[in-house]
Amino acid sequence: MRFVFKTRYDQDIALARHCGDRFWYSLLMLALVAAPWLLPEYWLAQLSFVFIYAIVAVGLMLLAGFTGQFSIGHAAFMGIGAYAEAYLAARGWPLAASLACAMALAAAAGVVVGLPALRVKGMYLAIATLSFGFIVEEALARWESVTGGNAGKSVPAPQVFGYALDSTESFYFLCLVCVVGSTLVVLNLLRAPTGRAFVAIRDSEVSAQSMGIQLARYKSLSFAISAALAGLGGALYGHKMQFISPEQFSLVQSIDLVLMVVIGGLGSIHGAFFGAIFLIGMPQLISLGKDYLPAAIGQATGLQSVVYGAVLIAFVMLEPMGLYGRWLKVRTWLELYPFYRRGMFKRQKSFQKSERLK
Amino acid sequence: MSAPLLSVRDLSVRFGGVLAVNKVSFDVHAGEVFTLIGPNGAGKTTVFNLISRIYTPTGGTLSFDGQRLDAVPPHGVAALGIARTFQNIELFEHATVLQNLLIGRHIRRSTGVWAEMLFTPAVREAERRTRRKVEEVIDLLELQHYRDALVAGLPYGVRKVVELARALCTEPKLLLLDEPSSGLNVEETGDMAFWIEDIRRDLGVTILMVEHDMGLVSKVSDRVLAMNQGAVLAVGTPSEVQADPGVVEAYLGTVDDVSSLRRKA
Repeated sequence: MRFVFKTRYDQDIALARHCGDRFWYSLLMLALVAAPWLLPEYWLAQLSFVFIYAIVAVGLMLLAGFTGQFSIGHAAFMGIGAYAEAYLAARGWPLAASLACAMALAAAAGVVVGLPALRVKGMYLAIATLSFGFIVEEALARWESVTGGNAGKSVPAPQVFGYALDSTESFYFLCLVCVVGSTLVVLNLLRAPTGRAFVAIRDSEVSAQSMGIQLARYKSLSFAISAALAGLGGALYGHKMQFISPEQFSLVQSIDLVLMVVIGGLGSIHGAFFGAIFLIGMPQLISLGKDYLPAAIGQATGLQSVVYGAVLIAFVMLEPMGLYGRWLKVRTWLELYPFYRRGMFKRQKSFQKSERLK
Repeated sequence: MSAPLLSVRDLSVRFGGVLAVNKVSFDVHAGEVFTLIGPNGAGKTTVFNLISRIYTPTGGTLSFDGQRLDAVPPHGVAALGIARTFQNIELFEHATVLQNLLIGRHIRRSTGVWAEMLFTPAVREAERRTRRKVEEVIDLLELQHYRDALVAGLPYGVRKVVELARALCTEPKLLLLDEPSSGLNVEETGDMAFWIEDIRRDLGVTILMVEHDMGLVSKVSDRVLAMNQGAVLAVGTPSEVQADPGVVEAYLGTVDDVSSLRRKA
């Protein structure tokens, strides 16, 4: 077992807790950079999808897991990003400019959606974001001059300095750069005053306010950043699919995104990645498992939704901290072996919560 | 005497048909410990919520340090130099003690969002400065042991101290303590009395508190204001207020009250 002796404040500021962390994350990075030479093309494409969803998940995690604002319309931001990117890329914009523009557009939409968050909370905010999702889906279907309507729109390969990133490998690297970049940005925010203000709003709005945190400003900011990352994810998603249509950004997609952060574990960046792996990996597992099931079940339509639903219910009931919570327990068990106690992660009943002031 | 730090004039607030605070006036001078007492429902916490701008008064004025407080938004109160604790503890439950205290330094932040996204050297340096300030408070209130503990798992007494620490991290001029000793045992209450003295003497912070424990009140307060049913009953030194017939009546009732309850034969 490792005990970290803290001798400098920088140790608490650093992203890695100790050299073990640094070693494992470097190894992971190395493996990811080497992946195109080691993995078959199909798996590389799946890994790109994991990265794309991880970008969206990190954004949604910042909003739902760290600021406490739930959005059930996040696919709409992906849609805005994807269509903006498709529109601009078709006009020959360089990738960096079109991505920035797609993110900015999504962020602007995020601020607009954030406005009701200043007034409504919890369930009502969820309803507001849900209806925003419907509005965007409908707008994408109707605004045919720009979006191509329900017939969909094809997306050209991204252009970087005149080179087209049209191979699986080159696109994989683009996704890798984007996911590492956005994760670092979010991690940096979380260890700075802005991120702490988000956490403060999540845990107690009244006391955040009395610490001088402007609720309106930070809620809008959280929505904007989260939407920008969803927009980035959406833009990459469009390039990867090479074809986008409004139903790809419907309620079902939004629910998948929420599922991803809840199953991954709310309130942790690791959770966002675990959630993305789950979301991409599960259909693979289901299709593998299909052959071993009786035909009546294995070939039934909607098997995937049933499995997702069951997994979500199981997690909410048995492991509210998600995959990341499970991983923490496993790691603690290994570190402390044989001294792990069953009750270690039991949450103590919190003491009387004050009568809410509002 | 110099101008008061906090001046409350004819403060009133009405919630529907309930007049929760009725024309309350008092002054708090720099450097003193001023205590509000009164039976449950007297409106003490409401006065606190009015001063920290969580509620908007329906009448009267509030001024702090020569500035009108009524025009300041709720999040602007901390920047003026007023920090508070809550009766039933409003900490950031799923964060560590250290993070809670760092949030207390929010109004002193010097870095912008873009710089924070990149975590520039300036941000790192600002973080170090923030941490050094927080460590001073941790040393004062002896919280070293709990630095990395999650608030959700801490005992009640420690949470009270963490909340006090978080308020101190804002470097306030006026500290509002809402029942600092509620839920504490005798020993912890003793510690709290020491800290209140220390905060006033060493840090020069003025303290306005709501408190029920008369032992603590008489030990630390310079002046006491007694309230009942939203109105002021008496103001003075702790012993004067305790001897005031109106205050005694508010707490214990009068002889007539009791006789009216007696069952008629």
